[in-house]
Amino acid sequence: MEYNPLFKPGHTACVGCGQAVAARLVIEAAGSNTIVVNNTGCLEVFSTKYPETAWGVPWIHSLFENAAAVASGVEAALIYLGKSPPNGGMPPITPTADSANGGKAAKDTINVIAQGGDGGTADIGLQALSGMLERGHNILYCCYDNEAYENTGVQRSGLTPYATNTTTTPPGTKSIGNIRPKKPMPEIANAHGIAYVATASAGFPQDIQRKVKKAMSIKGPKYLQIHVPCPLGWRHGPELTLEVAKLAVETGLYPLIEYENGKLTAVRKIQPKPVEEYLKVQGRFKHLLNNPEEIKKIQAIADANIEKYNLKVKPGAT
Amino acid sequence: MKQFLEGSRAVAEIVKLCKPGVISAYPITPQTHIVEELAQMVANGELNAQFVNVESEHSAASVVLGAVATGVRAFTATSSQGLLYMAEVLFNISGLRLPLVLTCANRAISAPINIWNDQQDSVSLRDSGWIQFYAENIQEAADLHLLAYRLGEDKSIMLPAMVCMDGYTLTHGMETVDIPTQGEVDKFLPSYKPLYKLDPAEPLTMGLLADPDYYLETRFAIQETFKEVLKMIPKISEEFKNRFGRDYKDGLVEEYCTKDAEKVIVAMGSVCGTIKEVVDAQRAKGKKVGLLKIISYRPFPYAKVDDALKDIPRIAVLDKAVSLGAYAPLAVEIKATFFGKKKSPKLISSFIAGLGGRDITFESVKEIFTKLNRKEVNLEFIDLKPELLKEEYGV
Repeated sequence: MEYNPLFKPGHTACVGCGQAVAARLVIEAAGSNTIVVNNTGCLEVFSTKYPETAWGVPWIHSLFENAAAVASGVEAALIYLGKSPPNGGMPPITPTADSANGGKAAKDTINVIAQGGDGGTADIGLQALSGMLERGHNILYCCYDNEAYENTGVQRSGLTPYATNTTTTPPGTKSIGNIRPKKPMPEIANAHGIAYVATASAGFPQDIQRKVKKAMSIKGPKYLQIHVPCPLGWRHGPELTLEVAKLAVETGLYPLIEYENGKLTAVRKIQPKPVEEYLKVQGRFKHLLNNPEEIKKIQAIADANIEKYNLKVKPGAT
Repeated sequence: MKQFLEGSRAVAEIVKLCKPGVISAYPITPQTHIVEELAQMVANGELNAQFVNVESEHSAASVVLGAVATGVRAFTATSSQGLLYMAEVLFNISGLRLPLVLTCANRAISAPINIWNDQQDSVSLRDSGWIQFYAENIQEAADLHLLAYRLGEDKSIMLPAMVCMDGYTLTHGMETVDIPTQGEVDKFLPSYKPLYKLDPAEPLTMGLLADPDYYLETRFAIQETFKEVLKMIPKISEEFKNRFGRDYKDGLVEEYCTKDAEKVIVAMGSVCGTIKEVVDAQRAKGKKVGLLKIISYRPFPYAKVDDALKDIPRIAVLDKAVSLGAYAPLAVEIKATFFGKKKSPKLISSFIAGLGGRDITFESVKEIFTKLNRKEVNLEFIDLKPELLKEEYGV
């Protein structure tokens, strides 16, 4: 069989880059009949350094914050060309008997994926993303969440977790690091009344692909946020990327959830592990290890997630 | 067919005839009438286009960027703050070599906030890699859109073009305008066939990272292309004349009573209409005055300007924009045209007028001609109110 991947090896990502793993899984699940619009960020830089490209699908990068808007223009052009179903509005917030069926994409549709990092999505690109979600474009938006501006040297973003050591939230005698918890992007996306919102993790590759395929089967805007460890910024060994990603899920700090038509329809159940297991393998949390008070606060964030999304496996279940 | 139309309506009519497949815009005065008209045309089924109502000008520019990259002709319009908010995307569009047409309904820049006309918005984006045309009247504004699409989409050009028309004066004014038929437009403007587009049948990567080994050449290539634009505009203008009957000569500048003139004002946009009237009145009294109207500000037609002005002793440059802390933007170009030249005007004076919608009257224009009798001045503001300066600033 000919090996012609849609995201080719030989790019310049760091060893152990979680984003590179996830980006490959996403495009392989979406298939070759897809146009990708990429925000500025690590993925764009390491995959398209002229005169080389890792992409086997049509791909465009414009700016840091406008992938969702450029993708909206791509989709509008595809509608004009008859290669995307007309935008008859998104499914209603309250699902009806029709919305599941009426939301199906046309057979000859060209998929559109807009993607970017957490900064390009949750901070500088939030306005463009909100516009795309609100207008009902038939686009999957993928946020590769490595929880900081890794490309510019590990600065804090709106998706940096509480107490993280980044270059702009360094711990010191008067600071424990980043003072705010993560911006609740999945909930923000869901509040737009779109048909599909999900989180995924580089630690669970099949789950990423299942969610991408599911998203592609639904007409309208979709939001998928994928947790992607960054060995450079998180300061763990490159061989631990998938391990670290799994621990984030298994501690309850990164719940894997799915919203369909505004309702929470699925979560990945866990037998919660203590958050220390996740924190201790990463240099970005090293300053917390002798600080039980702070670890307690982080455990409280995990516990709140576990309760909110009912993540805990029932006793006796597997 | 000749119709009595508002400027915005005329632009919308001509844009409709250019058949954009995607239109995106965000409301800002005084541009809004143009896209409101287009939205109605789409709603009525008169224009087969996707009209994307976005949440900002930044996204409006991004949407049309995406559409053109996918191989579909697109249109947007804006003004003032909206144009500045688009600025980052506009540089990106030209860098990506995507032909697009944007109407800039010229308006002053905040602060203080002011919705009236000057040309600070588009002039501030002179370095963005966009072709920039300035219209004197509504007919010209309409015609320039047609020229702009044809020019930018030419395979040897592949650059975006901005048609600048003075806010209110032209967008909200009414004139008898000759709007061509669809058949005539179709013959002049073939359907858009891009060199490259986003298409799964032929995957390609657009918008790559160019390191120091590659970036410089991308900018050189655009600079070289602008030389081609300078050659192409007269050719397309000639074809336009043959097809539609309106003669913009070389399409770069308009020389009005300049041949034997002793004093000439250089200006852009609707103020040229006012200047022409003053020129006519003064000519009737035997005074040898004239106007050089700049139509193409980018690329700047240095050779044409040199040719038009070299024998004229006294030149006034009228800017409706400033480059605060430096010489005025248009004046800089005129002075640069003659730097080191043996044959040149004896005097090039620079005047600023009309900022924030201050009327440039016959009296203002006459004052400029009068001031050309004295020694050269730079950056002289016309129609300042001394009492206001004293009261507010103690000057």
